[in-house]
Amino acid sequence: MQTTTITSDTQIQDMLDWALAGKHGLAVQGQGSKVALGRPVAADAILDMSGLTGVLLYEPAELVMKAKAGMKVSEVKALLDQQGQKLAFEPPDYGPLLGTAADMGTLGGIFSTNLSGSSRVKSGAARDHLLGVSGFTGRGQTFQTGSRVMKNVTGYDLCKLVAGSYGTLAIATEMTFKVLPKFDTVRTVLVYDADLRAAIACMRDALSSVHDVAAAAYLPAEAAARIPLDYISKPGKSVIALKIEGPKPSATFRCDAMRKIMAPFGDIEVLHSHNSAEFWSLTGNAAPFVGEKAPLWRLSVPPANADRVMSAIKDEGTDCLYFVDWAGGLIWVQLVSESDDGGEAVIRGAIGAEGHATLIRGSETLRRQIAPFQPVSSTVAMLNRRIKNGFDPENILNPGRMYLDEDGQGTH
Amino acid sequence: MLMPKPNQDVLAKRDYLVTELRRIVADSEAVIDDKDDLRAFECDGLSAYRQLPMIAVLPETVEEISEILTFCAAEGVNVVPRGAGTSLSGGALPLADGVLLGLGKFNKILEIDYENRCMVVQPGVTNLAITDAVKADGFYYAPDPSSQIACTIGGNIAENSGGVHCLKYGLTTNNVLGIEMVTMAGEVIRLGGKHLDAEGYDLLGVITGSEGLLGVITEVTVKILATPEHVSAQLIGFPSSEQAGDCVGKIIGAGIIPAGMEMMDRYAIHAAEEFCQAGYPLDVEALLIVELDGPKVEIEHYSKKIDEIAAACGATVSRTSQNEAERMAFWAGRKAAFPAVGRISPDYMCMDGTIPRSQLPKVLKRMGELSEQYGLRVANVFHAGDGNLHPLILFDANIPGELERCEEFGADILKLCVEVGGVLTGEHGVGIEKRDLMGEMFSEEDLKQQQRLKCAFDPDGRLNPGKVFPILHRCAELGKMHVHNGELPFPDIPRF
Ligand SMILES: Cc1cc2nc3c(=O)[nH]c(=O)nc-3n(C[C@H](O)[C@H](O)[C@H](O)COP(=O)(O)OP(=O)(O)OC[C@H]3O[C@@H](n4cnc5c(N)ncnc54)[C@H](O)[C@@H]3O)c2cc1C
Ligand SMILES: Cc1cc2nc3c(=O)[nH]c(=O)nc-3n(C[C@H](O)[C@H](O)[C@H](O)COP(=O)(O)OP(=O)(O)OC[C@H]3O[C@@H](n4cnc5c(N)ncnc54)[C@H](O)[C@@H]3O)c2cc1C
Repeated sequence: MQTTTITSDTQIQDMLDWALAGKHGLAVQGQGSKVALGRPVAADAILDMSGLTGVLLYEPAELVMKAKAGMKVSEVKALLDQQGQKLAFEPPDYGPLLGTAADMGTLGGIFSTNLSGSSRVKSGAARDHLLGVSGFTGRGQTFQTGSRVMKNVTGYDLCKLVAGSYGTLAIATEMTFKVLPKFDTVRTVLVYDADLRAAIACMRDALSSVHDVAAAAYLPAEAAARIPLDYISKPGKSVIALKIEGPKPSATFRCDAMRKIMAPFGDIEVLHSHNSAEFWSLTGNAAPFVGEKAPLWRLSVPPANADRVMSAIKDEGTDCLYFVDWAGGLIWVQLVSESDDGGEAVIRGAIGAEGHATLIRGSETLRRQIAPFQPVSSTVAMLNRRIKNGFDPENILNPGRMYLDEDGQGTH
Repeated sequence: MLMPKPNQDVLAKRDYLVTELRRIVADSEAVIDDKDDLRAFECDGLSAYRQLPMIAVLPETVEEISEILTFCAAEGVNVVPRGAGTSLSGGALPLADGVLLGLGKFNKILEIDYENRCMVVQPGVTNLAITDAVKADGFYYAPDPSSQIACTIGGNIAENSGGVHCLKYGLTTNNVLGIEMVTMAGEVIRLGGKHLDAEGYDLLGVITGSEGLLGVITEVTVKILATPEHVSAQLIGFPSSEQAGDCVGKIIGAGIIPAGMEMMDRYAIHAAEEFCQAGYPLDVEALLIVELDGPKVEIEHYSKKIDEIAAACGATVSRTSQNEAERMAFWAGRKAAFPAVGRISPDYMCMDGTIPRSQLPKVLKRMGELSEQYGLRVANVFHAGDGNLHPLILFDANIPGELERCEEFGADILKLCVEVGGVLTGEHGVGIEKRDLMGEMFSEEDLKQQQRLKCAFDPDGRLNPGKVFPILHRCAELGKMHVHNGELPFPDIPRF
């Protein structure tokens, strides 16, 4: 397949004209770190956006940055860091998880997949930070939505559609997003040796407290052992982790308060700034599953359901490795036992009507065979199809990456 | 303000429609066709525009809503959903040939779920009632529009409403987890729920802020947060608006995101002080109210920093609330700013645009010039933290021509906002008020792309037509059809 390295808008326009004229599928990709996520795309050419780089605007006092979509997230983070700022949704890096290199993600990729790290519970998802998008629709027309200001309700919020549409609606060339100050102190309170049920209760108490917990995760002993950080792996026990951040006096005070709340749940340790940052980065990137190939699922459920969902999965005799983030709201499950459907039936069955599961890692065969993204109701599927049709009537952008049509044709 | 021409065929079958609608709803009184009774719905908060609906219906169940919409779709009747009618952009303005669908009876709290830190409520529940229901247990719902005592959560979602807490806690869109809604085809769908990040395309994200054009929201799941341990407000006065604006930027630049940061100009300060004796200094040109929340140590830490920053920016007054009563007093003036201004002028129009904060001095100066040009006074109250301006233009509707001048002045202010990199509306919505200005911000193609979304949900354009978009398109012409030289097919459909 031919790859075109995009360095200008004119090139995109040309490629779109070509694709529209001959009904060719185009695979849109940043650094390709997430190509293995979702259904394999039926494309005739690849648009490599990674050459479209550069910061167009950065005003730290206004908490806003605008940059080209091919810009590496790691570079953006480095620039923000110089000003004591950050991307508060903590974009994860699934590169190693999916078998590619680390630090490959681009802005376009991060916002198009709407993936967020552990701070999702407090700071929101990628979509909550996207303020404006410019680019092209699959109609071959330039397209702009949103703005550069924090508060904007002018017209439909199409940024939300772009976020999470995996490049099936539009090719983003410029993204404007909100940035936030970094706190000077980050601490992580750890509680060892609790079971999942106790962990869910502990995380609930923490998040329901006034202490503004920024992230909460639970790693069973098996998963903890795979985190390359002594405080986590060495004890050989399960660990509940709660992140507290803020100006030093506040973080210290809240950390002490949190220790008291958590005391009934087990022995306590505290990670300092450097170790905290390392731990949450490893957790956000699902480090316990790196280096393997087994099907890996990411489940979004009501936090209190996590225990029930895991029991339901295990009751089916499914052998799996898992850990929990977002205070219970996010469950990572890696299948150990063999199954033809990669565990789809068991996992989706366990979730029930509330929540969804995405296959983050699976062989190409598996990703063709099952639905990597949660199937939706027929009415929602129809709405999705019409939305896709409104943006990309000839189905040239990442055809089939998210859903198949009833007739088995790759659409959005 | 031009609205789509009423459809005479629809008007002609009004009696039949009333009879059929009475068959659908259990309570026949819930279908209102008497002119005097319809008066109650003739406008929303933008009272300069009034229109009686053809019929108003106040359903009680989702099944009724579904049947009403199915019926209206089949009969070719337009529908305008309505919450509390506090919209300030005419979003809930009825249509002469339309059914007004009032959601006031959907006022129950269905579930308080502390395990998942969320609540499930019906759309007609007021914003404040959500917080009131969980306050005693130490929780609250963060978005807090000033109208929170009256406005409904359904209306909040339709308008993506915000309030003083937006800076730190986000808008409605950042605090809604799920909805149930009915499409114009009468189909009931659920988007999201108690879990995070709805699956597939983010339909929940686009419904939020869609101003009642995509579907009727019938149930809402919102996130609730633990009430902060302490809250404190700081009152800081400056000899100029520029210095106040500069201070806001420096506070944020220093890494502090206050729970709220509001600014008032001299005009608003004086009006508010006269109205409710908040204890505001009267010898300043601009006043900031900075609210901090969190543990005491954090508030003290930040407060000290803010004091230093303010002093460096030339602040002449800085007072920190010593207790809850004093904090409330600081806010009383800000919260009463609108009615206070209302007392010194027979009428006023509240504008709502957002600008990049650094453009504040330029925008304030230009607004002063426009004020002289139009011969109308303007008072400024705004959400300083996020650049959302609320200029209040004072006028007297009894003086011929003043309303029109006020409208023109308002339009100039909004154009100015866009010119400096901002937007037409920060929280009140486009509605009919800013509809004809949409072209200032979007190209014709951008607007068409937005309308294609409308077509996905409501291909016949039956829900709330005439709002948001300056031109009504037929979905077919937004589809694959080729438009040559701007000559539009279907010349018969309403355009304005
Ligand atoms: C007695 C003792 C107890 C410890 N307990 C814990 C614990 O409970 N949890 C935990 O996570 N770590 C613990 N550590 C490890 C220590 O915190 C690490 O050195 C850690 O890298 C500090 O980084 P920080 O970012 O948390 O520093 P901060 O707590 O933010 O700052 C502490 C000071 O340490 C200095 N510092 C920061 N990083 C380094 C570094 N890499 N090398 C040398 N100096 C540095 C800085 O100058 C800074 O002023 C302990 C160390 C000691 C000696
Ligand atoms: C004094 C005052 C102060 C205000 N302050 C603020 C403020 O600080 N911040 C702010 O954002 N706004 C503010 N507003 C504006 C207004 O209160 C908000 O826009 C509010 O969200 C409207 O809610 P409502 O229930 O009154 O909706 P309505 O006015 O009844 O309707 C508004 C729009 O929502 C649609 N709609 C209503 N319910 C539904 C539903 N269930 N399904 C689908 N569509 C629906 C309507 O069709 C209409 O387009 C203020 C208004 C007033 C009068």
